[in-house]
Amino acid sequence: MIEINNISKAFNGKEVLKGISAQFQKGETNLIIGGSGTGKSVLLKCMIGLVKPDQGNVLYNGRDFYHCDKDTQQSIRREMGVLFQGGALFDSKTVEENVRFPLDMLTTQSPEEKRERVAFCLQRVGLEQAAKRMPSEISGGMKKRVGIARAIVMNPAYLFCDEPNSGLDPLTSVKIDELIKEITEEYKITTIIITHDMNSVMEIGQNIMFLYQGNKLWEGVNTDITKTDVPELKEFLFSNKLLREMQE
Amino acid sequence: MSVIGKYFIFLGTLFGKGEKLSVYWRRLMEECVGIGVSSIFIVAIVSTFIGAVSCIQTAYNLVSPIIPISTVALIVRDMEILELAPTITCIVLAGKVGSNIASELGTMRITEQIDALEVMGINSSSYLVLPKVVAAMLTFPMLVIFSAFLGIFGGYLAGTLTGVITERDYLYGIRDSFVPYNIFFMCVKPFVFGFLIASISSFKGFFTSGGALEVGKASTQAVTNSCISILIADYLLAQLLL
Repeated sequence: MIEINNISKAFNGKEVLKGISAQFQKGETNLIIGGSGTGKSVLLKCMIGLVKPDQGNVLYNGRDFYHCDKDTQQSIRREMGVLFQGGALFDSKTVEENVRFPLDMLTTQSPEEKRERVAFCLQRVGLEQAAKRMPSEISGGMKKRVGIARAIVMNPAYLFCDEPNSGLDPLTSVKIDELIKEITEEYKITTIIITHDMNSVMEIGQNIMFLYQGNKLWEGVNTDITKTDVPELKEFLFSNKLLREMQE
Repeated sequence: MSVIGKYFIFLGTLFGKGEKLSVYWRRLMEECVGIGVSSIFIVAIVSTFIGAVSCIQTAYNLVSPIIPISTVALIVRDMEILELAPTITCIVLAGKVGSNIASELGTMRITEQIDALEVMGINSSSYLVLPKVVAAMLTFPMLVIFSAFLGIFGGYLAGTLTGVITERDYLYGIRDSFVPYNIFFMCVKPFVFGFLIASISSFKGFFTSGGALEVGKASTQAVTNSCISILIADYLLAQLLL
């Protein structure tokens, strides 16, 4: 479980996050939604240690990420898998090398063990045929899937996905969502997804948190979200024509 | 001043908690190829022509009958060893290697590849930058020795082919009044310049933010700052070691 308490962050005097607190449960897909510039990505970066919050703490199964010794922080980092918005694959390495990279750097596994693990992860995301290809030779959807394979190769306890559907066609988008949900349930991972894709919200959003101008305005499950009374959330949700028609 | 402070803090992070030695060894070899081996062609071209032009222009200026013609070769040799091979080669390398390092790291930064390393718990600056700095410090002196050799050879070719100096006079001139210490001085310079080029360019690339435009700017700044630092260091080394 991940718990964030009173997270605040300001850049050049402008408050981006204003005292956000939440809990994210194990084995569930937790979504953080909101419009552009509402602080979703900054919150994610605060959680994974790329941006230090001005105030508050982030607890990983009770271990305070920002107030612990370096070794504990390092071990927490090694329990994380992160899928970045653009995949963040290393351009100079093949798909297979990208997935194997954390194993090479952080483990003492034998080459055979690494090969098996990489093959398993690539097969899990359906990319065993693309192992020898370079990131520049694969599509955006494939890059995301390689990113997922790399994120899960170390058996993470926590999976973070920053807009996994951005730039993808609806069909690929659904496949990526399903893959993330399956992996979350299969390996009992605490998954946090940043998105503004309404299809993801309705399909895989087990717990949803809505951010607006750096504040948490709503929290709940996907079955309740359309019944919300929060005007900002209603405006966000029903800007989608399909949902608006469904509501009517 | 804050930028200089940030630069020194950045240098400190290179020696922070690192990864396995085998990882660094592999990275060092990759960088030696990327920085050193891939620069051989441009260094060869530049050095040969600079040596050739030095020979022709020195001969053009030495018209006194009391100065032996072999002095042309002596001047070409000392110019190559003391200044042209180490400094001009490193300025050329600042353009090639410096811009390459800054744009590579800048692109890695804006495409979140550096973030991906940090999230994995890898010391990104040490993993990415330290091998580049060490590779530059190792390969630049080799390139400069190669450059000096080709420069003197270029002078020989230009001098003998155009008839401004005979082969005998040239070979005599390059051995005349030779000071072995100058070779040591020639090797110290690229060692220092390699460190400056690789570290300054890495610093510029590593802290790039924004998009493609900023990567271009970082690359330009890396080359400009590297060249200025080379010239300052060149003066200081000459003052200290000669």
